[in-house]
Amino acid sequence: MPRILPAIAIVLVGLIFASIAISYSEQTSLRPLAESYVRLVPQELGAPNVITGILLTFRAFDTIGEVAVLFMVAAGVGLVLSGKTSAEASGSPESKTPASEIVRTATQILLPLIAIFAAYIIMNGHISAGGGFQGGAVIASAVLLLLLANPSQDLNATFLSITESLAGVLFVAVGIAGLVAAGGFLDNRVLPLGEFGAFFSAGAIPVLSVLLGVKVGCELSVILDRFRS
Amino acid sequence: MISTMVLVTGLAVMLIGLWGVLTHRNILRIIISLSLIGTGTHILIVAIGYVRGGTAPIIDGALTVADAPARAVDPIPSALVVTAIVIGLAVTAVLLAYAIRLYDAKKTLSIDAFTESKW
Repeated sequence: MPRILPAIAIVLVGLIFASIAISYSEQTSLRPLAESYVRLVPQELGAPNVITGILLTFRAFDTIGEVAVLFMVAAGVGLVLSGKTSAEASGSPESKTPASEIVRTATQILLPLIAIFAAYIIMNGHISAGGGFQGGAVIASAVLLLLLANPSQDLNATFLSITESLAGVLFVAVGIAGLVAAGGFLDNRVLPLGEFGAFFSAGAIPVLSVLLGVKVGCELSVILDRFRS
Repeated sequence: MISTMVLVTGLAVMLIGLWGVLTHRNILRIIISLSLIGTGTHILIVAIGYVRGGTAPIIDGALTVADAPARAVDPIPSALVVTAIVIGLAVTAVLLAYAIRLYDAKKTLSIDAFTESKW
């Protein structure tokens, strides 16, 4: 009996999904909004990567909101996990067992490479595939590897929160600079657009990308740190 | 054709996640199933943005500015999914934090132990 109700629900939802899949047909041309984004991002923002142009200029206000959500999650996880009970204290010694030698040696080799890769992803967000969110996630994966290799590793939480707040304030400051010196909030044309496709180009987009990467990396590291303790 | 295949994959992953949510009793497995539903949704949204014969909306040697509107795929679903992945991760983090607190309260992760808020 308990297995039958889920099966019925799955079949019914599956029927809805099947009707979606059957009636779906591939687009043969872009919709007007997408077409104007693909046209305007290279021409007016000078960024070869259209998606980064949308994320960091046209829809950058959403990006701010999303970073705020991440910040609230870091704070919320800290709130939920704070006030540890006595059971936690007794369970902590065995959870601090050191990682195996393979993990520790691999961490020493991989950690710098992961950090460089993260910096590459963040800095090339406006030219090729990449951007602040992706690079920030790679930074957090490096921190996770570090914590796996050495569970009692001290992360400087104060430094992380100060860096994160500073990045957030600078992000908003660049946005307000766009309001004053260019067309609107978070307009990237406060800095010269430069040569199309060059490393220093696309106005404020690389700056915003770096700030976003630092902020996301710090926030995810804080969340990981909260789960460890 | 290719986007139909990806779309069906996304829908299938969503169904697997729903099945897991409905049948498993362990809270961690339920959380994994919820992230599967989210992942399926991301695959679905990306599939909807595909344009026949299109390529990634990044201007380089293979895609000039002039023919980008004719040959690029829809960039909006991709931009939405980048944000949705981050929010999905945030939701999973909060769920795991609650799971830790629930384990502290009852010393078990079985959903059957938490019946007092069931109506």
